[in-house]
Amino acid sequence: MSLLAVENLVVRHGLLQAVRGVSFSIERGQTLALVGANGAGKTTLLRAIAGAHQPTAGRVLWDGADITGVPSHKRVGMGVALVPEGRKLFVQMTVEENLLLGKTAGRPGDWSVERVLDTFPNLKPRRHAKTGHLSGGEQQATAIGRALMSNPELLLLDEVSLGLSPLVVDRVYASLQGLISSGTTIILVEQDLNRALSVSDKVICMLEGRVALEGPSKGISRDEVTKAYFGLHRKSAASVPA
Amino acid sequence: MSNQIVQGILLGGYYALIACGLSFMFSVMRIINLAHGSLAVFSAYSLWWLASQFHISPFVGLLIVLPLMAAIGWALQRFLLERSARGGALLPILTTFGLAIVIDNLLFEQFGADTRSLAPYIGSLSYDSWEWPGSIYVGKLAVIMFAAAVILLGGLQLFLTRTRLGRSIRATSEDPDTAGLVGVDARRANALAAAIAMVTVGIAGAFLGMRATFDPYAGTPQLLFAFEAAVIGGAGSLWGTLIGGIVLALAQTFGAQIHPQGFLIGGHVAFLIVLFIRLSTSGLGLRGLLRLPVRKPA
Repeated sequence: MSLLAVENLVVRHGLLQAVRGVSFSIERGQTLALVGANGAGKTTLLRAIAGAHQPTAGRVLWDGADITGVPSHKRVGMGVALVPEGRKLFVQMTVEENLLLGKTAGRPGDWSVERVLDTFPNLKPRRHAKTGHLSGGEQQATAIGRALMSNPELLLLDEVSLGLSPLVVDRVYASLQGLISSGTTIILVEQDLNRALSVSDKVICMLEGRVALEGPSKGISRDEVTKAYFGLHRKSAASVPA
Repeated sequence: MSNQIVQGILLGGYYALIACGLSFMFSVMRIINLAHGSLAVFSAYSLWWLASQFHISPFVGLLIVLPLMAAIGWALQRFLLERSARGGALLPILTTFGLAIVIDNLLFEQFGADTRSLAPYIGSLSYDSWEWPGSIYVGKLAVIMFAAAVILLGGLQLFLTRTRLGRSIRATSEDPDTAGLVGVDARRANALAAAIAMVTVGIAGAFLGMRATFDPYAGTPQLLFAFEAAVIGGAGSLWGTLIGGIVLALAQTFGAQIHPQGFLIGGHVAFLIVLFIRLSTSGLGLRGLLRLPVRKPA
């Protein structure tokens, strides 16, 4: 059985339909990359999986059970953790306090403040600093660490490389590689296509709220993804609104 | 002169006590509770009723009234404030304003217009005093109140920084959406914060009844003092609230020294001076006035 399955999910922001009937599933231990242009609905989809947005239609299945109506804080307890776009740290609180908040759901597991600090050694000297005073890379590490503290089975990463220098992005992905090889299931949104294809098993390209392309990362060419990204795969490309 | 300063500081403890709940609720839930004073008077009446009907000392009565206040706070958040907060920032203020009127008039209907006090039920504590060096006489009750304020504010500070529940409440106040994403039940955290705020209101009400008299409409002046102390201290900062209370009380004491009618005016003047200093240093707007941390745009 799939760890997570999404069936015909529709999510609205008021009048705007951000996700329009998306279906996919992910198996335990897989890494899925979500790519797509700005406004394609990737962030909304991730937030709906995490429970921060209530879908208008469709279902979210977790290990076969319907969790569509379960609020976000309970999903954390089930093992879904989101690293939100833009980090969303509690800036008035210290690194350690942010990390400890990740433990609120109380899922058993071996992630601790010490282990997060070992995984992201750049956080060690900043342990008691307010997160509002950290650099972008340190903030991103704290955000990932905070999600890991809940011992998730499924980690949702929303543009973890946003606003970071290439060097720091390399460092963040190096630590993610450890997680991927340890068997954590991951869905990640990434703008860098090469990186997205190289770390993932499966890739989904979204366009205007729909899945434009889905396939194994190894068997898909960069060209195909680019076409799906811009909507060029459709027969009448002229119908794409400017 | 040193006598006035000592008395002023001790009175400041009382103001910090009544401002504590207001400041806590504002900093954590972003709700200005205009029913604050009326709820304190409600607590005082509850203690008075227990004392006059069942001869329960107000200090023992707190064991009954404080859980009741906590339950009221929980219910208030769940059934009233949470719903009204969905209608925008102004609606909770109007809701609590209406609530204050309802509480005041229910108390009036139930207990009549007579002024009451808890002083007869606490023995000699209401007038006993200690002599401090320099022939300064300080009321025992005033010292107890000041100590209670320090313990309460310190305890709240420790609770917010050191416990998991406290961190959850702070996270919810900063960003309820993200708090949910890390596993915090934001509704529960807010209801809990409201319950804690109401417990402090209950304590403030007890001391209000012990140190002076009260009637069904005594809530409004209490709200005013609480509000002034909270704003002077910078709403949201717990230790600032203590300093705010002390500044307010000292200003009132000095006001009374200058002119027999100067007590209240002294406090208001201090409040306005702080307000104008805040205005000129932090730019216009309520946000600057109340020293709100500026939230990052999403």
